[in-house]
Amino acid sequence: MMNNAAISDLIIKMADDELIQGHRNSEWTGLGPVMEEDIAFSSMAQDKIGHAWALYRILHEDLAGPDPDKFAFLRPEKEFKSAHLVEMPNGEYDFSLMRHFLFDHAEAIRYESLQDSSFEPFRMLSKKVKGELKYHTLHANAWLMQLSKAGEESYHRMQQSLNDTFALAAGLFEASPEHESALIADKVYPGEKELFHRWMDRIYPLLVQASLNLPDMKTITPVYGGRQGFHTEHLQPLLKEMSEVFNLDAEASW
Amino acid sequence: MSHKITIAAVYESLEHVMDPEIPVLSVIDLGMITEVDLGDAGVHVKMIPTFAACPAVSYIQHNIKTTLENELGVHVSVEVDKQVHWQSNRMTPAAKEKLKNFGIAPPKVLTGEVNTEIMLEVPCPHCGSEQTYLRSPFGSTLCRAIHFCKACGQVFEQFKPLE
Repeated sequence: MMNNAAISDLIIKMADDELIQGHRNSEWTGLGPVMEEDIAFSSMAQDKIGHAWALYRILHEDLAGPDPDKFAFLRPEKEFKSAHLVEMPNGEYDFSLMRHFLFDHAEAIRYESLQDSSFEPFRMLSKKVKGELKYHTLHANAWLMQLSKAGEESYHRMQQSLNDTFALAAGLFEASPEHESALIADKVYPGEKELFHRWMDRIYPLLVQASLNLPDMKTITPVYGGRQGFHTEHLQPLLKEMSEVFNLDAEASW
Repeated sequence: MSHKITIAAVYESLEHVMDPEIPVLSVIDLGMITEVDLGDAGVHVKMIPTFAACPAVSYIQHNIKTTLENELGVHVSVEVDKQVHWQSNRMTPAAKEKLKNFGIAPPKVLTGEVNTEIMLEVPCPHCGSEQTYLRSPFGSTLCRAIHFCKACGQVFEQFKPLE
């Protein structure tokens, strides 16, 4: 017997991360530093929002959850479970790229693990998403390498952005105190602690290759709270903008 | 009514449903059709999108329904098949040839997972040279990447391999 409340909680936090990160990516549309990057972030925005939509659909169709559009656009801020990392404004391009690198590897690790999930819709979706994410991490890795080897200023900015984003990225792996043990016991997924270790094993050699130094883990406190509905001041304005058109007529058919 | 319709006739009709983003390829060429059933209520078609966020899915579903209903005169229902996911290896060799003639480099055949190497030295659809490099894994639609050909000096798009 599956614990539907626990699975729903996991789906919502994954989907909300994708939706909010997708919206942030879309904010680079028309503003990218070069045309290819403009297109890349816009494409990744589309992918992320598509993945969020697929997750909200699982919630709706397999777990008797609400209508995906209404759930995405009409929920109050407190009910979002996105991590603080994805809420942060885009800032300079170095910050956006580093967040993209850390976030997309975390996602790749998560979807890879879901291939063995006891929850069938996760197994089906993960096969599809995993292949698409390859292009996101390929893109992130290429820029991480190029910009870390593009002179002193560029290197320092990449290192600084890593220092600034790492605690936020570690906050992606915030376990639910209420549901985590059930999800692990039911083999829905391996759990946040395990995913965090797999993620570290994945990003570490890439950072070494780029000559970047991970901040001292003893000085890092992962930024938690998002999964419990405690958000930064940046989420509410984002939600207002994101749902502006939808709210003009929530019953409209698109 | 529907007893006159054969599976072969449905597939033939499906060859007339073109992809809105690559109008030289049909849903059959792309390998988007996973199942066709003939029932008392009419024809039931199962299909899959190339990329999960493909914005053309409902448009393609609608085109399948109207094309088949017009050509075969039966009721048609179309659903997205959740049990199968699209891979670029589903594309037929004939489809790859059409794609190349349209000016888009086809995906290389995947033998394992997508890696960096498979995106390198993609033959240029204009001059055939392999002196090319990947300029961006993202292009004008979700399924395309951008390459540059050093031999003819042209930018070109490629239909991305997807595992």
